[in-house]
Amino acid sequence: MSTALVSRSERPPAPAGTGARKLTERAFRIRESGIIVVLLVFVAITASIQPRFLDITNIQFILVNTTVFALLALGETMVVISRNYDLSMGSVLGLSAYLSASQFGQHHGIPIVVVFLIGLGIGLACGAANGIMVSAGRVPSLVVTLATLYIIRGIDILIVGGNEVVASSLPAAFLNIPKATVLGIPVLAIAIAVVVAVGAYYLRSFRSGRELYAIGSNPEAARLAGIPIGRRVLVAFVCSGAIAGVAGVLWAAQYGTVDSTAGTGYELQVISAVVVGGVAIFGGSGSAVGAALGALLLNTISSALYVLGISPFWDQAIWGFLLLLAITIDRLISVRLTAALRVRGARHE
Amino acid sequence: MSERLRWAARWESGLAVVVVVVIIAVVGVSVSSQFFTSNNFFNMGLSNGEIAIMTLPMTLIVISGEIDLSVASILGLSSALLGVLWARHWPMIGIFALIAVVGLAAGAVNGLLVTRVGLPSLAVTIGTLALYRGIATILLGPSTVTNFPTTYTNLGVNAVPFTGDAITYSTALFLVLALVFGVVLHATPFGRSIYAMGASQEAAQFSGIRVKRIKTILFMVSGLVCALVGVLWTFRLDTAVQNNGLGLELAVVAIVLFAGVSIFGGKGSILGVVLAVLAFAGLQNALLLTNFNQEAAGIVTGALLLLSVFGRNLASLSAGLRKRIPTRPGRSVADPSQVTPTATTPP
Repeated sequence: MSTALVSRSERPPAPAGTGARKLTERAFRIRESGIIVVLLVFVAITASIQPRFLDITNIQFILVNTTVFALLALGETMVVISRNYDLSMGSVLGLSAYLSASQFGQHHGIPIVVVFLIGLGIGLACGAANGIMVSAGRVPSLVVTLATLYIIRGIDILIVGGNEVVASSLPAAFLNIPKATVLGIPVLAIAIAVVVAVGAYYLRSFRSGRELYAIGSNPEAARLAGIPIGRRVLVAFVCSGAIAGVAGVLWAAQYGTVDSTAGTGYELQVISAVVVGGVAIFGGSGSAVGAALGALLLNTISSALYVLGISPFWDQAIWGFLLLLAITIDRLISVRLTAALRVRGARHE
Repeated sequence: MSERLRWAARWESGLAVVVVVVIIAVVGVSVSSQFFTSNNFFNMGLSNGEIAIMTLPMTLIVISGEIDLSVASILGLSSALLGVLWARHWPMIGIFALIAVVGLAAGAVNGLLVTRVGLPSLAVTIGTLALYRGIATILLGPSTVTNFPTTYTNLGVNAVPFTGDAITYSTALFLVLALVFGVVLHATPFGRSIYAMGASQEAAQFSGIRVKRIKTILFMVSGLVCALVGVLWTFRLDTAVQNNGLGLELAVVAIVLFAGVSIFGGKGSILGVVLAVLAFAGLQNALLLTNFNQEAAGIVTGALLLLSVFGRNLASLSAGLRKRIPTRPGRSVADPSQVTPTATTPP
């Protein structure tokens, strides 16, 4: 099939497989560079109207604000790539944020590392619960995580009641985590960038990471190829839970005040960021870097609207429009690509 | 899976909801003598009527193999329009007409993006969830519109005459619409073709069913119904704010899934959904009567959803174990034995 493609595009004769692979790879690269181009254009336009947008404090603000979302996007990417969904991330974040931050008030002088470990533990537990129900119980992940979204938020509300963690009960060292900078770049943003890079490398280059893509693009074929679907999906959910747990602690450090509504509605925002970042909602393609860039793009837009003096009431409509635009363009590109590759039996969604 | 087991599994799934409704009724009566009073039924209808109505078009959409997460945002958009236009002294009839058109258009955008551009409905309606809510926010901003004419707001808080003060207008509308949707889904070629496309879109297409057109119509109906619900919601609370009905989409989906409608399409019934609505309303109400923290009631809703799905899977799980399949089939959508029976012999 792809020999026809090679001769038509007038490339030097190459083995049949590589031509097709290069084209696919190029399309993936285009997808991520596409977001960067949109991001740069957006920044350029905003900065030309309002130079204050490029102030170091504003850039720091955007980067720090993106960290929690970029982390969540990494976790959601792992799950979505395997053709599953994690709708419970916002609830896990909320539960972890309260339970971890409230430790400072209950145990004076508790080391910050321990608090992060508590958040991690809560996230691991929630993620494992989701993962076991999806993989062992064979229940669609959309249903499971919709249920745990409600259950975990309910538990959060029962625990928190009308209380809240206030910034004054938190140690300064904890609240300063999002404020620390190196050469003007927030340390937290660097750390998250490293985490996302590690995650992206794992998904791209490790066997078990690649297998998540295989599961997402064709579960039945993956099963026949001997991939342990249950175990891989379980790991993806455990990772996304753990990430939501840690993100909860960071959320607490960033906002200082935690009540029972922390992280409400984040699940759909995170999926938006992931999809804008080029991760296919039916699994099998996309990258963690793209998802993190998607989160950065959406946050940059919110900030740009604010700096331009456009009412923040426009935020949501623009987010929605952008999401629709991104998936439409993706679809048009993939239709072209499919035609070019002449792959038979391509998915008709 | 044996034929008998399959029938048993189907029976169980229908029976499960009935059993849950009965249990909730018994628990409700035992926790409070208030439970089986007309006044309490009225309150149940008051607090759940709008959600109940939105489950009906959602049921059809999910059976057809799609999902609509933008329902609550269309509700909000309709509410915002009502507020803005009323504040500008439009005649009520004109406002209603415009809201109906906007609802249809909102649904049509969803439907066309899904069917003509070929995008997954989950992604599209997450996008329009933000977009429609965003437009509502732009329209109203931080302001609140109140003081709608009492002729209309009375519809939200009064009972339908001659029903012993037990039936709200939203409940009555739900019952009428449930009948209409039930007849359309279960007794017309249009309805049967919704099952067919949910079970296998390609097979439906090859058998001459106009899949794209029907799906677009379903999304438009959903838009229209949700716009209507937005009007009801606004009149009941006598308030138009931009976050009216925020987050209801997941509650609506949860009820529909609890009713045994398969998330992969092709399975489910309106009767199941009506029972699930009863269970949901009864549960919320029983928890209210026991002074359970109302905001945390989601725990029980979520647990019920999980239990119902696991209960349904038990039959097929045991069948799977008996055959000793070395590796588990990954997802039920890839398991043809679970999808095909409803396509040929729908309930």
